[in-house]
Amino acid sequence: MADVRYINATCLYEGNPVPAINSLNLEIGDGEFMVLVGPSGSGKSTALRMLAGLEPVSTGEIDIGGVNVSNRAPKDRDIAMVFQNYALYPHMSVAENMGFALKLKGVPKEERDRKVVEAAKLLDLEKYLDRKPKALSGGQRQRVAMGRAIVREPSVFLMDEPLSNLDAKLRVETRANIANLQARLGTTTVYVTHDQVEAMTMGNRVAVLKDGVLQQVDTPRNLYDRPTNAFVAAFIGSPAMNLRQAKLVDDGAVLGAVTLPLPRPVLEAAKGLSTITLGMRPEAFTISSDETGLALDVKLVEELGADAYVYGTLSGDSPEERPFVIRAGGAAPPRIGDLIHISILVGQEHAFHPDTGERLG
Amino acid sequence: MTTTTPPIATAPVPLTGAEAARVSDVKKVRRAFSSPIASLLVVILTVLWTVPTFGLLVTSLRTKADANSNGWWTFLAHPHVTLANYNSILFSNSFGGGGGLFPYMVNSLAICIPATLIPIAIASMAAYVLAWVRFKGSDFIFFVIFALQVVPLQMSLVPLLQLYSGGAHIGSFTILPKLHIAGTYTAIWLSHTMFSLPLAVFLLHNFMSQLPSSVIEAARVDGAGPMRIFRSVVLPLATPAIASFGIFQFIWVWNDLLVALTFGGGSPKVQPLTARLSQLTGSLGSKWELLTAGGFISIVIPMIVFFALQRYFVRGLLAGSVKG
Repeated sequence: MADVRYINATCLYEGNPVPAINSLNLEIGDGEFMVLVGPSGSGKSTALRMLAGLEPVSTGEIDIGGVNVSNRAPKDRDIAMVFQNYALYPHMSVAENMGFALKLKGVPKEERDRKVVEAAKLLDLEKYLDRKPKALSGGQRQRVAMGRAIVREPSVFLMDEPLSNLDAKLRVETRANIANLQARLGTTTVYVTHDQVEAMTMGNRVAVLKDGVLQQVDTPRNLYDRPTNAFVAAFIGSPAMNLRQAKLVDDGAVLGAVTLPLPRPVLEAAKGLSTITLGMRPEAFTISSDETGLALDVKLVEELGADAYVYGTLSGDSPEERPFVIRAGGAAPPRIGDLIHISILVGQEHAFHPDTGERLG
Repeated sequence: MTTTTPPIATAPVPLTGAEAARVSDVKKVRRAFSSPIASLLVVILTVLWTVPTFGLLVTSLRTKADANSNGWWTFLAHPHVTLANYNSILFSNSFGGGGGLFPYMVNSLAICIPATLIPIAIASMAAYVLAWVRFKGSDFIFFVIFALQVVPLQMSLVPLLQLYSGGAHIGSFTILPKLHIAGTYTAIWLSHTMFSLPLAVFLLHNFMSQLPSSVIEAARVDGAGPMRIFRSVVLPLATPAIASFGIFQFIWVWNDLLVALTFGGGSPKVQPLTARLSQLTGSLGSKWELLTAGGFISIVIPMIVFFALQRYFVRGLLAGSVKG
C-alpha cells in the first residue's frame, strides 16, 4: 500500500527535443484507482512506464510511498505491471508464469504454490494452472496477466491498456471484474487506456493527457460536468461534445438564429472577446415541435434502442465543420433528410476561450 | 512428415475481378504442387538423391569377395549381410598402421562437442547483450562482428597457427606469450570457435531481437536481472535458433578436415575421423567394402545429431505470449 507522486516528472527521448512527458505533477492517493487517458501519442503509456522504471525520468522525480524511486530499477520499486499484449512467458505454465516473480524473490516453494492457487481462485484460473499460455483463450490470458500481478502483492498495480485486445463483450465484463478486484484488494492502481468509457467507469479519478501535458485530473463526474478546456470537453463523453464558434453579444452568445443567454461569471470572464467557443453535449437539447431554435439538417441517425443519436449540419455551418450531434428519444427519432428544430437546455452549455480553449467562468 | 493444406475458406463477400484472379492463381499453384505428377517427380528425385548413399550402405555390408566381383545392386537379389567390415574398420589394427577408426571417431566427438558448445555459449550471451542491452556503439560492434564473416578462414590459418605456436610480438615486445597449444584439442576448439562466432552471433542476434520486448520488460518488472532474463526467458525462447546453429556447426566441424589438420598438427592423438578417412583412401584404395563402412560411420553421427535436435525446430514457440 502506497501513494504515488509525480513531481515535475519529464521524459525526454534522445534526439527528440519534444518531451514525451512534460513536467507532470500528479498525486495518486493510497488505494486509489487512477486512470490515465488520452488519445494515442498523448504520453499516457510513457507516464506509466516511467513509474514502472522502463522509461527514464529525465528531470523531476517520482515517489512511491514517499520514497524517490526515479533512479531505481523496476524490480526495486515494488510494482507489478499488466501489459497490453499480456507478455506472458510462453515457455512456462500458467502457475510458473504467476509464480515467477515470487521465485525470483526467493519465496519458498510451498508458500509460492499457496499464493498462486489463491490468486488463481480469485481469477477463476484453477483449472488452467498446468497449461501453457498458447492453450488459453484471450480472456484467460488476460486473467493470467492479472494473476501474475496480484500474486506479488505489490504496493502499486500498473495496467497498460489491459483490455484493448479483448472483444467488446468480454471487455465490459472484465472491466467490472478489474474494478471489483481493485476495490477488494485496495491496492493503489494506475490504469492507462485510450477508451474514455473505460476511464469514466473504472477510475476514482481520471487524468486526461494530451501531447505529454496533463490537462485535468478529477472525478469522472467533474470531468464531464466541468471540463477545464475544450480538449477535455471534446475527449470525454461519447458521442463527443459539439463545439461551435459563437459571436458574443451583451447578454449571451449568438449561434445561428438563436441568442443563448450566458451566466454572469462566463460573461465576465469573456470580457473583451468578440467570439467564444461554445460547447454543448448531445443530451443538452430538446427537439422543438414548432419552428423555433436551431435548425438541424439530419444527415445520419444512429438508433441504439433506448436512444437515438442524430447527426446533421446546423444552418450556417461551413462544410468542413464536424457534424452536430444531439440525443433524441429512441421511440420516434427523426429520419435522414428531415429538417428539425432544436433548443438547448438552459445552463447546459460550456464556454471556452476561442484561441486557448480554456474554460470561461 | 506430411503436411495437410487447410481448405481455403470461401470468401463471404463477392470478390472484385483482380482479387478473384489472384485467389485462383494461388489455387492453381497449390494444385500444381499437389498434383500426382509433382508428387511422383519429388519421389523420383528423392530416390535418385538417396541411391548413392544406399549403395554405400549396401557395399559396406557385403563380403570382400562379393564387393570385388559384382556391383552392389546384385545384393538385392542375393542378400548376404556381414558386419565384419565394420568390425575390422573400427577396431582392427591390421591396415596402414594407426589402428581402426574407433579412436578417431572418439577424437572427432571430442573435437565436435566442445567446438559446438563453446560458440553457442559465447554467441548466445553476446547476441543477447547486443540485442537487448542498450549501450552506445552496440550496433557498430554487431556490424563489425558480422563483417568478420567476410574474411575467408583459409586466410587466417597461417597467422593463427603462428600465434598458437609463437605468440605475438612487436620487435622484442610480447603482446601474447607462446600459448603452447599447437597440436592440441584446445587449438582446434579455439579455431572452430573463432571461425563460427560471426555467423553464430548474427543468427542468434537476429532471432533474439525479434522476441517481444514486453516479455523482457515483464521479466524486468518481475524482478529479474539481466543474467536471469537471459537464463530464464531469452535462452528458452531462442532454442529454435540455437538448435539450428548447433546442428549447422556440429555438421560443419564433423566434416571439417582443413582446420583439424592444420591446428591438430597431424598427430594421431587429436586427428578426427575425416583426416583418417582421407588417409585410408590412399592405403585402402582397393578395399571398397572397408572404405564404404568407414564412410557410412562418418555419416551416422551427424544424422543422429540432426534427428535428435530436429524436434527443437518448433514453430510457434512464442504462441500465446503476446497478442497480435
